[in-house]
Amino acid sequence: MTRTYSTTTRSALVVAAGLAVAMTLAGCSGSSGGGGGDASGSPVTISYGVWDDTQAKVMQQIADTFHEAHPDITVKVQVTPWDQYWTKLKTAATGGAAPDVFWMNESNFATYASGGVLANLSDKLDGSDIDMSNYVDIQTEAYTFDGDVYGIPKDIDSIGLWYNKTLFAEAGIPEPTGDWTWDDMVAAAQKLTDPAKGQYGIVAQSAPQQSYYSTIPQTGGQVISDDKKSSGYDTPEAIKGVQLWVDLVNKYKVSPTLQQMTDTDADTWFTSGKAAMIFEGSWAAAEFKEIPYAAENANVAPMPKLDKPGGVSNGLGNVMSAKSEHPDAAWEFLQYLGSKEAETAQADAGIVIPAYKGTADGWVKAFPEFKLQVFVDALENSTQYPSSMNSAAWQDPIELEFNKAWSGELTAEQAAKNAAKIMNDALAAEK
Amino acid sequence: MTSQLVPPVEQGQRRSTPLPRSGTKRRSLRHGDRYWAYSLILPTAIGLTVFSIWPAIQTFYFSFTKWGTFGGHEWTGLDNYTQVFHDPELLRSLWNTTIFSVMTLLGIPLSIGLAALLNTKGLRGVGVYRAIYFLPVVTMPAAIALVWKLIYNGDTGILNQFLAVFGIDGPHWLSDPATAIYAVGVVSIWSSLGYNMVLFLAGMQSIPGEFYEAASIDGAGPWRQFFGITMPLLTPTTFFVTVITVINALQAFDLVYLMVGRASPAIRDSETVVYLFYAKGILQGDGGYAAAIAFVLLALILLITALQFRVQKRWVHYE
Repeated sequence: MTRTYSTTTRSALVVAAGLAVAMTLAGCSGSSGGGGGDASGSPVTISYGVWDDTQAKVMQQIADTFHEAHPDITVKVQVTPWDQYWTKLKTAATGGAAPDVFWMNESNFATYASGGVLANLSDKLDGSDIDMSNYVDIQTEAYTFDGDVYGIPKDIDSIGLWYNKTLFAEAGIPEPTGDWTWDDMVAAAQKLTDPAKGQYGIVAQSAPQQSYYSTIPQTGGQVISDDKKSSGYDTPEAIKGVQLWVDLVNKYKVSPTLQQMTDTDADTWFTSGKAAMIFEGSWAAAEFKEIPYAAENANVAPMPKLDKPGGVSNGLGNVMSAKSEHPDAAWEFLQYLGSKEAETAQADAGIVIPAYKGTADGWVKAFPEFKLQVFVDALENSTQYPSSMNSAAWQDPIELEFNKAWSGELTAEQAAKNAAKIMNDALAAEK
Repeated sequence: MTSQLVPPVEQGQRRSTPLPRSGTKRRSLRHGDRYWAYSLILPTAIGLTVFSIWPAIQTFYFSFTKWGTFGGHEWTGLDNYTQVFHDPELLRSLWNTTIFSVMTLLGIPLSIGLAALLNTKGLRGVGVYRAIYFLPVVTMPAAIALVWKLIYNGDTGILNQFLAVFGIDGPHWLSDPATAIYAVGVVSIWSSLGYNMVLFLAGMQSIPGEFYEAASIDGAGPWRQFFGITMPLLTPTTFFVTVITVINALQAFDLVYLMVGRASPAIRDSETVVYLFYAKGILQGDGGYAAAIAFVLLALILLITALQFRVQKRWVHYE
């Protein structure tokens, strides 16, 4: 490179560089957009923040149907992948630029509701199209904070025992039924475990909802007290709920180890025929259907019985930003999202179990190959997903603590007691 | 030969401190030159101020606060720092980072050796070899992580299949607490080999050929020439690469995040300081505490780098 730029070239370069900086800065300070005021009825565009790509298509269809009925309101679906959704939302909310309407989950709900990010819907409900009693009760409760409603339930999930019917048939074991006890499951898992073939009876994954959150209510324990002030992990019942899983891995050795489940994820062990059973959610139906081996060989039964029926359900809610520039349009859209029509559309597309009572049939029928009614029935005994004002502060470190029990470094009891301490400290720090 | 304006800057290397050069006398710039000089550095200066310096100042301030969830913060004085210095997790992550850094440094002699081989006169297909070793440098870390995860997989990975031929039952490299940090370190060495190699090659090619001629006339063999001429004259490059490698290694995050991951039983024994920063700041929402961790790390990097600059006088030879 020689220094032979003419003066004009150099000026042009400087101007270009200056412009680039100016544009970057402008991009940073840009407002969240939309246009026009809504009070006058002129056309407005509102944003709808979601994180799931598959569901986004259905959400767009729902938004389009809404637009036909409300030609002056255009809804733009914004997809942010799960990994970045909460980071981005938190930043946007801090700057007052959250999407007008967006998805919320139970773990984060109280944080956002108490932080003043979500619009309080209680006053709007009177005389609106929304009747909160239409939704599954635990979901209505889940999106109520301090007696006020901040979210309209969108969907709900539950856990079932997925099994590989071919592996059961080969081993000559009858398929699981609703009468199965935990011991029946362990016995079957032992018969289905064949180290020579690298085959396991069950994948005991350490993901909370698919393991201890599901068993602790069934052994009579609680993850978090009803007033959300203290942890229930250090009770004998809760410890038993954890112990059951740890035993599958370390005592009976009917599950891959935590290391094996880290290298090859739990679902893959099941969908590749290397494990005969797995606790998985209703959401897995859509996933398993896309995997030819799983679509052909998988089916689902209720969770095996323990001391009492129970389980936890997690579900999303649609919420609106307290700082929306178009609150009327956003509320209009939120009402539509909570309507029977929109909730049924989600079911028929086979993406989720809607939170609207009595609309689950469409979802069950969307997957004739699986006995999905199991999940709908499980909702009867489901309780809320454990959460508090600042769930993030304890959920993450507790998962690491329980992983130590899974890997055999701690006993289930030690891990549960450590978890209780972490959780109680975090809960005490909440205001 | 046209003048070489800038040292080679490769993708992924944010900091490239030019080496101090002795002997160049600073001439005063003519007025017009000064104007152009300032206007040309202005965009970068603005970018650095807005995106690096100002955030760093803010981070320093936030390290004395406790964060509210949505903006807002409360001055807590030295609380975060008191907590940091009593945090066993930080100690562990510092230890992990140290292991990782020492491992990555082992990549330097390896790169020198490779560069020397590729610098051999009359070697055929040099271009192909250079491209092969440079390939990982221009590959996305995410892609690298994905492929190495497959290789390291304890049940189906090609590495353990290979070991099985010799009757060795390999571990779950990335999820076994005893091996994870080393497994990640190997990938880090592998992916930085090409970048360092190119720098060393450039260094070797700038050594005047007369030295070697004189040495061979005096009867020095290739080994003697390598250790007597190449190594000493390469020390400025070696110093530069060492400084950059240490700074990058102390800030290691991406490979641990991508290859080990949060759910792994090995995460506590392989999380680096920056990973801990991520876990505290992003996953657990404790921004003020994370800021304090960031400043402890910054202090450490400054200290180690200053130390390196001090010690270099003893071993770096500028011509």
